[in-house]
Amino acid sequence: TACCFFSYYFKEPSFISYVIEGKELTKEEKQRLRKEKKQQKKGKEKKDASLPQVSVAETAAPASQLKAERRARQEAERTSKQSKKGDTGQPATTIVKRLPEHIQVDDPDVLKKLAKKLERQQIPRRLDYGYKVSLFSHLLQYSRKAPLTQQLSIPSAVIHPAIVRLGLQYSQGIVAGSNARSIALLHAFKQVISDYTTPSNEELSRDLVNKLKPYISFLNQCRPLSASMGNAIKYIKKEISNIPSQFKEDDAKKKLLNCIECFIEEKIVLAAKAIAKSSIEKINDGDVILVYGCSSLVNHILCEAFEKGRKFRVIVVDSRPRLEGREALRRLVQKGISCTYVLISAVSYILPEVSKVFLGAHALLANGYVMSRVGTSQIALVAKAFNVPVLVCCETYKFCERVQTDSFVSNELDDPDDLIVTRKGETQLKDWQQVPRLGLLNLVYDVTPPDFVDLVITDLGMIPCTSVPVVLRVKNVDLL
Amino acid sequence: MPGPYRETDLTEKVEAFLSDLKRGGSGTGPLRGSAETARETTALLRRITAQVRWSSAGDLMEVIRKEGRRMSAAQPSETTVGNMIRRVLKIIREEYARSRGSSEEADQQESLHKLLTSGGLSEENFRQYFTALKANVIEAINELLTELEGTTDNIAMQALEHIHSNEVIMTIGRSRTVEAFLKDAARKRKFHVIVAECAPFCQGHEMATSLSKDGIETTVITDAAIFAVMSRVNKVIIGTQTVLANGGLRAVNGTHTLALAAKHHSTPLIVCAPMFKLSPQFPNEEDTFHKFVSPHEVLPFTEGEILSKVNVHCPVFDYVPPELITLFISNIGGHAPSYIYRLMSELYHPEDHEL
Repeated sequence: TACCFFSYYFKEPSFISYVIEGKELTKEEKQRLRKEKKQQKKGKEKKDASLPQVSVAETAAPASQLKAERRARQEAERTSKQSKKGDTGQPATTIVKRLPEHIQVDDPDVLKKLAKKLERQQIPRRLDYGYKVSLFSHLLQYSRKAPLTQQLSIPSAVIHPAIVRLGLQYSQGIVAGSNARSIALLHAFKQVISDYTTPSNEELSRDLVNKLKPYISFLNQCRPLSASMGNAIKYIKKEISNIPSQFKEDDAKKKLLNCIECFIEEKIVLAAKAIAKSSIEKINDGDVILVYGCSSLVNHILCEAFEKGRKFRVIVVDSRPRLEGREALRRLVQKGISCTYVLISAVSYILPEVSKVFLGAHALLANGYVMSRVGTSQIALVAKAFNVPVLVCCETYKFCERVQTDSFVSNELDDPDDLIVTRKGETQLKDWQQVPRLGLLNLVYDVTPPDFVDLVITDLGMIPCTSVPVVLRVKNVDLL
Repeated sequence: MPGPYRETDLTEKVEAFLSDLKRGGSGTGPLRGSAETARETTALLRRITAQVRWSSAGDLMEVIRKEGRRMSAAQPSETTVGNMIRRVLKIIREEYARSRGSSEEADQQESLHKLLTSGGLSEENFRQYFTALKANVIEAINELLTELEGTTDNIAMQALEHIHSNEVIMTIGRSRTVEAFLKDAARKRKFHVIVAECAPFCQGHEMATSLSKDGIETTVITDAAIFAVMSRVNKVIIGTQTVLANGGLRAVNGTHTLALAAKHHSTPLIVCAPMFKLSPQFPNEEDTFHKFVSPHEVLPFTEGEILSKVNVHCPVFDYVPPELITLFISNIGGHAPSYIYRLMSELYHPEDHEL
């Protein structure tokens, strides 16, 4: 029946914008298209009656009765949702979240739905590249040499040019690191908002959110969104939908731009200052501090401590293929801090000299696990074996409600060609695609169990890893 | 005259071997596996035994010790040279004892009774002359050479006892022993191998291409992902450069991290090491344990501005304590790390531990 198709459209609380060849369709045309598609689907489903029916209300009752029942149910759901928004003190009922599509690549139904959504939003789809290791067949693997922007027309009528530029910067790795990505995203959104004009008969609060949806899909296709970006987008969407309808357009836009500025200022810049202030108490004279990769927060902390006159030296640990540690090394050496540089395989050699380990985080999960650059869990493991304290520095806006226990289920696969290297004039893996059973794995993130981490320094203070869900709860209550 | 020519020919060979050792260690000369080094050392020692003039076993042992000290000094990290010299010295002692007629067992055991009755020091000074000693020693060294040639095959033959089908095996870097081990098992079983590339030299790439060409499903991962994928690994099989006297390893850098990750996930760690890698050294000597090479692969000269202000380290070896190792597989079978001290007393004489 068509009920599943119908309810798919009704899930979106507001109107869907169709855009064909840069022109907006009128409402009548939209409805006509919708009806046509529905008829097509009905005809197709009648033909293959052997397909399992997805809908729940599958009885022999006539179709019109089912429709009425369904509409009544949906109205009831909508009103209950509205009333729920009013209650603040109630415990959260079970929210069945939709799994993100980028970790369900092995499910053909999900891929079909994603393709339909992207077609509707007129965003090209990025294809998988190369042989994927079987353990990770549920994740996407892209090649850096084929960015999504190559498939867009110039000028793109659907996507704002600031977003196109941002997507390219993400996919090529020019903007990397969760703070940098979030700030770049927010700046791009500021540009989008200031260039936005409300079309007639539309409300700013609803239309702007719909305008942002294809941009977010596009950025997701360029590179899967990070937890910090997800939280920032949630915040913006909430701010936009809370704009009262009587605001004039200019006032609304000014308010939104102000909100974004506040977010960046509070959650990122001031948080970094607060974290630096508390971390300096943990850095003593004569310390040997180990850092891994390039975390903007950890670099900030070390530079602040050095300016305040603490005497310490830093060991920067780096890993292939990203070699982000070199960037951190440059920044620290510029400040005048004495540094040592090793690769991650030499960590057991260098760790007996180390007194503390400072690590940055990409996100802190609700079960206390720390999601960070791949290799972080290894450093924490070896530090634990040598009894060296491990401190993780993370702002609260990176806390996320997901739970994860291993690095397989939800991860990102980077371009496998990055692993190819020339040593002594020979490139062993040059033709790895031709060799039938050879796979290259370039993971981006891994999760560190909470028993390896001794302390988490956040802008709310120094907490143990297991207190992350408490902070999340406090934050949610504050927001509402 | 044949005499002097033979002497100079011998010294030439020894000098060539020494310079090869010196160059090979820095990574610029021809790279040779430990098995090759062991074979060449033994062949050279056989030549020395055959060509140098000596009258008693004691003389021969002095000559070999002298040459041995020079050879070990040429490349201290190549411990197989020292191991082979100690093996040959033990062979000489055995043959001498056999020629004298006394049983080997009584001579070897330093029991408390013997210490008290013989007055502490051994009165053996190896000064007696036996005609057949030279031939016996050379024959025994030939046996040793045959044993050395068969080590890799002996280890590979045990592969099917340890690998079952549909396993995921992890290894690091490149070890010819492990390569032969896995290829032998792949003839009958299907399994998946994950190779950690072992930066900065990335020998793991060569290992991976070689294994996948033989039909083994292989994945290459970076060193940073070792802990991340360890939860899906069933066994860790590694090679090593040296097996130390306490059962620990001196292996390629990154192995300690691998061993810790395996311990955390309770994954068995199996070391494939032939007997000639067993060395009577202990890991306490800090200054001789580690070897460093040029860090230009770690931080290249293109980073010139910061290069002068930064210390860069590139250690080659890692120490792995014996508590992290589950099993040693050698050409004479499988052993626990706690048994290594016993094997050592069978291979080397305690007085030879210091050359």
